[in-house]
Amino acid sequence: MHRRDFLKSASAATVALGATTLPLPWSLAFAQSRSESLLLITENGPNNLDIQGVGTNRPGYEVSWNCYDRLLSYGTKTLPDGSLSYDKDKIIPELAESWEEDDEGITFHLRQDAAFHDGTPVTAADVKWSFDRAVSVGGFATVQMAAGSLKEPDQFEAIDDHTFRIKFIEKNFLLIPDLAVIVPGIYNSALVKANASDADPWGLEYTKNNVAGSGAFKVDKWTPGTEVLYARNDDWKCGPLPALKRVIWRTIPSAGNRRALIERGDADVSFDLPAKDFLELSKEGKVKVVSTPISNGMWCVELNVTKPPFDNKLVRQAVAYAIPYQKIMDAVMFGRAKPLFGAESNVADSIAWPRPSGYSTDLDKAKALLAEAGYADGFETEISFDLGQGVVSEPAAILIQESLAGIGIKTAINKVPGANWRGEMAKKSMPFLINFFSGWLDYPEYFFFWCYDGQNAVFNTMSYQNPDLDALIDAAYATHTAGDMAAYETAVKDMITLAYEEAPRIPLFQPYLEVAMQNTIDGYSYWFHRQLDYRSLSKGEA
Amino acid sequence: MTSAPVESSSVPTSPLQVSHPAGGSRFGETLKHARYVVTGNPVTGFAFALFVIIVGAAIFGPAIAPYDPYASDTAAALQSPSAAHWFGTDQVGRDILSRVLVATRLDLTIAVASVALVFAIGGLAGIAAGFVLGWTDRVVSRISDTIMAFPLFVLAMGIVAALGNTVTNIVIATAIVNFPLYQRIARAEANIRREAGFVQAARLTGNSEFRILLTQILPNIMPIMVVQMSLTMGYAILNAAGLSFIGLGVKPPTPEWGIMVAEGASFIISGEWWLALFPGLALMIAVFCFNLLGDGLRDIIDPQRRT
Amino acid sequence: MLQTLAKRLLTVIPTLIGVVIVTFLLTRVLPGDPAAYFAGPAANAESIEEIRQSLGFDRPLPEQFISYIGDLATGDLGNSLSTGQPVLAEIRARLPASAELTLFGLLLSMAIAIPLGILAAVKQGSAIDHACRVLTTAGVSLPVFFTGLLFVYVFYFLLGWAPAPLGRLDIFFSPPPDITGFYLVDSLLVGDVETFRAALAQILLPALTLALFALAPIARITRASMLSVLSSEFIRTARASGLGTGKVILGYAFRNAMLPVITTLGMVFSFLLGANVLVEKVFAWPGIGSFAVEALIQSDYAPVQGFVLTMALLYVALNFIIDLLYSLIDPRVRIEA
Repeated sequence: MHRRDFLKSASAATVALGATTLPLPWSLAFAQSRSESLLLITENGPNNLDIQGVGTNRPGYEVSWNCYDRLLSYGTKTLPDGSLSYDKDKIIPELAESWEEDDEGITFHLRQDAAFHDGTPVTAADVKWSFDRAVSVGGFATVQMAAGSLKEPDQFEAIDDHTFRIKFIEKNFLLIPDLAVIVPGIYNSALVKANASDADPWGLEYTKNNVAGSGAFKVDKWTPGTEVLYARNDDWKCGPLPALKRVIWRTIPSAGNRRALIERGDADVSFDLPAKDFLELSKEGKVKVVSTPISNGMWCVELNVTKPPFDNKLVRQAVAYAIPYQKIMDAVMFGRAKPLFGAESNVADSIAWPRPSGYSTDLDKAKALLAEAGYADGFETEISFDLGQGVVSEPAAILIQESLAGIGIKTAINKVPGANWRGEMAKKSMPFLINFFSGWLDYPEYFFFWCYDGQNAVFNTMSYQNPDLDALIDAAYATHTAGDMAAYETAVKDMITLAYEEAPRIPLFQPYLEVAMQNTIDGYSYWFHRQLDYRSLSKGEA
Repeated sequence: MTSAPVESSSVPTSPLQVSHPAGGSRFGETLKHARYVVTGNPVTGFAFALFVIIVGAAIFGPAIAPYDPYASDTAAALQSPSAAHWFGTDQVGRDILSRVLVATRLDLTIAVASVALVFAIGGLAGIAAGFVLGWTDRVVSRISDTIMAFPLFVLAMGIVAALGNTVTNIVIATAIVNFPLYQRIARAEANIRREAGFVQAARLTGNSEFRILLTQILPNIMPIMVVQMSLTMGYAILNAAGLSFIGLGVKPPTPEWGIMVAEGASFIISGEWWLALFPGLALMIAVFCFNLLGDGLRDIIDPQRRT
Repeated sequence: MLQTLAKRLLTVIPTLIGVVIVTFLLTRVLPGDPAAYFAGPAANAESIEEIRQSLGFDRPLPEQFISYIGDLATGDLGNSLSTGQPVLAEIRARLPASAELTLFGLLLSMAIAIPLGILAAVKQGSAIDHACRVLTTAGVSLPVFFTGLLFVYVFYFLLGWAPAPLGRLDIFFSPPPDITGFYLVDSLLVGDVETFRAALAQILLPALTLALFALAPIARITRASMLSVLSSEFIRTARASGLGTGKVILGYAFRNAMLPVITTLGMVFSFLLGANVLVEKVFAWPGIGSFAVEALIQSDYAPVQGFVLTMALLYVALNFIIDLLYSLIDPRVRIEA
């Protein structure tokens, strides 16, 4: 629906209230500015504008991505269905124009013309300060940096105003990819230091509410819980100038209202709709729906191996055969996901990841395995899931509950409110979870490192510790870093096969990241962080 | 045939002032008066008939439901009302008619349990406060004031969030939230009657204060409490529905009107209106019925207080 | 009269103390762990424990309570996890939104319910009387979020009469200068008719949803009160003296019948403040109710505490004003006092 029509209908409503209609020049002005701004609606907004802040939520990542620059970024590729996606194998310059790698480290040469939003030039001193900050603030940011072996401020050195060097503490093929994720943004160190304090040396309080970056967009106004107003940084140098002059990001809690707004054309882009709505919207054809499989991401049933009877491999496999996979695909995802079940066997024949398991719905096999494990009469347990993801997990839980009852396993359903979910995961007390994980860096060993490794990270909800699997994960990392691709393939295939046989995690499907947008919007690109990148978007005439 | 109305503005000299025409029992009197009110006011009659239907559905629901309310059938998911499924199916293919019928029992249980609990604690606390006065009165009144100072729905939310979302806790939360109202009504009624003739007579014959409270005062406040209880039953169901909307309702896959409406609400925009409409209608009819019934009961007890 | 008012104030204090204690206990009993939240997505049990110690959540409850009271005394209501802002700032920003919505809903409700109640009383026992009872009871029998969603579906999505449920103002209008915080009032004060119309269009639907809920009690009490006044002696005298019906009903009966209605209005207002939370969620209204609900779900208890305290204070203030109004309107009350 066009903006002018909407204005007319709003005027009609106000006429009914005894007011006069809006004069025409007024609506023309609206129409013009409407085509230069994007209205984005999601369920939740940011609680912090800085990804390095304490307790920043996912929407906060989006602000950091668009308002801060990093040394490097990823290129773009076109997927088979014509949509755009980031290219994990192509690293492109952003703040760093060029770089050289040697045995000890990497030297980066920064652009000469990049400046922060307040006009201050970006120098290597800012880069060093930002990297020191990222590895020192703790929390998610520091953990993510460590994944690329970026751990100590000593590794970072500003050689001169436009030369920056990182020293290796160990060889890690993930180091360069890790530089292009959201976390290592470059901060205006002078500005943040001026607003820091002794109690808060890194200025986290300031960057929570203020952007101190050099990115393509700046935050004009942030009303927490309601909206974020962005304006384009017209002096952005690290890439082609974005087409959008303004971005308005509104929080609309009700999914039904989000769908209504998109369908009536009153909003431009919406994430966070149920799969069913995306299916219907794409069928109707009034709006564009882009669906991209989420890289390195899987929904799984996760069984805590420290809680009997899930310490028994036969029981886990029995559960794997009792899950109603196809029903979930049909009724929960409406077919809009990649099934991760029903392969010929659990033996991996390639390193493509995520990969389907060899399990399928076979209640007889499930019953036989249970009996073999000594639980012919079944047992009782509790299915837990994150209420924040409830649109998928709740109907899935209901279907799984029903199917398990068929082999004698009685379950209760435990809905855990969104913000409590991490805390519950950390406690490692939930016996049976339906959960989603995706790794930013798209390599199978990265997934396994977080979810299966004996270091028992919070994402290893199964508390699974198997020295054999750990050895394979280490081998995969080592061979990848060394560049020995043949040995790497073997390690990865063995790693996947073992994990699927052991079945502490039972794959369900690989979900899509789905976006609905008006037909006039172009340039949408899928990113591993699943947030929207405004820099490539453009809006045509209505 | 008419019985004299109970006037609470003056101190009654005998419990339940009712004249007894020769040859009539008190129960028969009440029954005749009830029938007069019910047939005289068509709306009350209608509400009463509805109430019978609801109780019937609660008792016989599971037996007459055409499908198992828990059985999913994903091939038949989200079908609009048809001959096979009168109310259509939900997103995992469960029959909505069966779920609405079976939910009647749970919702009625929540309503009755909440009301029984709040009557027990609120009514008893109230008559104790109004009868004994002194510190009992002060403490109970302060507790009521404190509860009333909270936004009541948020208090219910807080209690359920803290204790966990089970049916028991929803009932407890509803009872706590309604406590002040019952306590105040009971207190007012007990206070009026504490120096009444029949109470003094009971004291003289050696009854303890506690015994007087239970055997003399309590029966006399029943009529007005019953009216309030009917209204609270409706509120209890709406409260459970509101809690379900924010995710603090009963646990799935239990069929309950409120949670069915809350879940079905997200399907309205995409055109699957039947998921929310039928449980919503059932809910509305039940609450509607309880409210009208409360009005009708009020007419039986005290026509002068009609609203 | 001042004495009675002062006495009322004294009784209010134990209530407020009770509210503070209960809120504190309730939020500490909530499941969920702010320490886990602060520790971040990849934290393990040890780092969460560290954060818990640094934030003081491991101290015994009485100690935490003392520090909480201390914070309250300085006006520090803590920080919200979900929006990252100080709770006091959030409440100050959002309260006008909720107050405007609730007041507008109340006014709308009164505009419908009071004439309806008077009509029902005047034509007692007729079809109109029954229709009034059925209508108002129906309004209060549906869950308020359901009514809200239905309205959005019918009036926005199907008919296009109502504007998009995007909050208080359409995105292309900027809010009027902050004088009272009420967009309707502020825009009129500065003469900005466009903004006034836009704000009015946005507030209509949520206010209507709330109003539907408040119809029943107001209509009932108006009817009951009118009935009892209409059967009183002085009305009979007025009629017997030949005064016109209009003058009798509106000039004499109504003014005398308003007293219990005003008391009920106070009760209804505080009830609406609670029902508000669901309406705000449905219409994305940036009020204090939706803020509190989100916080409660996430076990983010600082906003919940702040919200409850604010509401309790409002409620107490409201009752106070009603008592004042009552004593101003009804001379009998004054004499008794």
